[in-house]
Amino acid sequence: MTDAPLLDVEDLAVEFHVGGTVQRAVQGVSLSLARGRTLGVVGESGCGKSVTSLSIMRLVPQPPGVYAGGAIRFDGRDLLTLPEAEMRALRGGRIGMIFQEPMTSLNPVYTCGAQIEESLSVHSNLSPKAARERAIEMLDLVGLPSPRQRADDYPHQLSGGQRQRVMIALALANEPDLLIADEPTTALDVTIQAQILDLMGDLRGRTGAAVMLVTHDLGVVAQTCDDVVVMYAGRVVEKAPTAALFADPQHPYTVGLMAAVPRIDTAVDRLTTIPGSVPPPWSKITGCRFASRCPLASEKCRTQDPPLRDLSPGHGVACWHAPIEAAA
Amino acid sequence: MSAMLQVEGLTKHFPIRRGVLRRVAGTVQAVNDVSFTVGEGETLAVVGESGCGKSTIGRALLRLLEPTAGRVTLDGTTVTDLAPDAMRAMRRKMQIIFQDPFGSLNPRMTVAETLAEPLLLHELATPGDVQDKVGALLSTCGLQPWHAGRFPHEFSGGQRQRVGIARALATRPRLIVCDEPVSALDVSVQAQIVNLLKDLQAEFGIGYVFISHDLAVVRHMADRVAVVYLGRIVEEARADALFAHPRHPYTRSLIAAAPRPDPTQRNVSAPVEGDLPSALNPPSGCAFHPRCPLAQDRCRTERPALRQVGTSRVACHFAETSEAGDSRPEAAPSEALRRRLAILDAARAKETA
Repeated sequence: MTDAPLLDVEDLAVEFHVGGTVQRAVQGVSLSLARGRTLGVVGESGCGKSVTSLSIMRLVPQPPGVYAGGAIRFDGRDLLTLPEAEMRALRGGRIGMIFQEPMTSLNPVYTCGAQIEESLSVHSNLSPKAARERAIEMLDLVGLPSPRQRADDYPHQLSGGQRQRVMIALALANEPDLLIADEPTTALDVTIQAQILDLMGDLRGRTGAAVMLVTHDLGVVAQTCDDVVVMYAGRVVEKAPTAALFADPQHPYTVGLMAAVPRIDTAVDRLTTIPGSVPPPWSKITGCRFASRCPLASEKCRTQDPPLRDLSPGHGVACWHAPIEAAA
Repeated sequence: MSAMLQVEGLTKHFPIRRGVLRRVAGTVQAVNDVSFTVGEGETLAVVGESGCGKSTIGRALLRLLEPTAGRVTLDGTTVTDLAPDAMRAMRRKMQIIFQDPFGSLNPRMTVAETLAEPLLLHELATPGDVQDKVGALLSTCGLQPWHAGRFPHEFSGGQRQRVGIARALATRPRLIVCDEPVSALDVSVQAQIVNLLKDLQAEFGIGYVFISHDLAVVRHMADRVAVVYLGRIVEEARADALFAHPRHPYTRSLIAAAPRPDPTQRNVSAPVEGDLPSALNPPSGCAFHPRCPLAQDRCRTERPALRQVGTSRVACHFAETSEAGDSRPEAAPSEALRRRLAILDAARAKETA
């Protein structure tokens, strides 16, 4: 047992080369995740959160995608330089993944049970019979009613929530050390979302897997994550333990984002907005990427990109003006 | 005095046809006996989970889907009785905004063309002044004059929704059905659109039927809320009363299931188990009974009628006796968040001044 984190992403840069332009989807992203912890990666569309999670599994299509720099160390090995065969052994083995829309990630022409059995037989040397039993056991574990019958169902015969449970069973079948969940509950209704989040927390406790939860929903982050990374336009702008981030948000973007979330417990007359919109990925920005929407932006913000620096232990912010009170 | 919009007994069933002879093999009861009113300048939110029939309610009341039964009255005119010609004229007064305006805007028409079409069709503008009116619409919806020459794909999601709103607004409608208008948008943009819809309502006195699955957004938009489960209203109340004292167990579980953006208040566990049942074969008695924590024998056999309880209308046998003050303490944003937001707001005000 070492102190090194299970997953350590350092200075990752991912670009897309499209029609002669270079789109910088992810720039200088660093994050780390220890065993048994849940890390939330939060941000709005186009912030690079999905590209970051796809990069860890090395699933960014190349071309047009290019890994332009940095390292992704999983248990000490750099995934970006790993031979494809070894990478394939990791995916679905030691690294499990859950996507937003299970209908597009499950194969429609195989039964749910067969898909789990296939994953088991690829990553371990279970006999077909043992794999079958294990698949049913997994479906039971994720709370699918009458798992023995459901194992013979095709994905389209299940409801959205049941399909997501099958996805989770598939992702966890080989007892991964790392589970990457990209918007796992976004397509689900709130009552089903609560059930799935419960299930994920439960299974994490049981298997001790590390979880990276990619989401746009600050509510989901607050409910499930130990630590949070806030991304904006391809960069990490703030990272902190969840409690610290919500009690003490530092980056002007984090503050704006939290204030913009409508709260079910409190009625207000007007919702707070962040004027403007996210700069497109092909725009050439030399300074802070939030400067165009930030009321505190100064000349320095527009010309120099602020590095992520720790304001307090474990709470990093990429803003020249942090803490905001200094600007008042 | 009667309300601007009255919906009585609205019902929409879809026959399921099977086999070579296309015989009717069953009926999906998407909407069953739904009644409500919307006043001038009022917002009624229709909430529920996917498949509960909330979108069908919106479409049936506009007669985009012909209702199976029921009566819709707008400003004293019975919309459901109108002949096709009169109905076309009536559409000027009742409009709709969709979740994804990309699917409802013609990709080959510029924004100016899209907005000019209803103006000319309903003779609200002449070819001479139509450009000015389009410009006015754009600025009302927070768009720039140079956006007029652009095509839908050139806009971001939030701007595209503004175009969708401008199109609905063009005919000066009395009523707009908003079908999940902010569900596809990022939170910071979502707040902009919610505020725009409220501003337009205050300015023009439009009535909204606001269809949404997001109770937090509904809390900020709605004057009254109707909660729909499997095609029927199970609770209807003023928004403040509904959130403070939800009376139907389904409403309570919807409110409890919404994840709070506050790590100090973590949900203990999911409030209800199981999935929404099929509308093709709804449960007997109260449709919610298979998932309801309060269910008794009576609920399995006898469907509760929607009846007045206090200031709410509730369809639950135990509405009077079950605990209604179930809501959790209000989770206020943190002190530091409010302080920093005030600093940012002050800086922004100074910037614009």
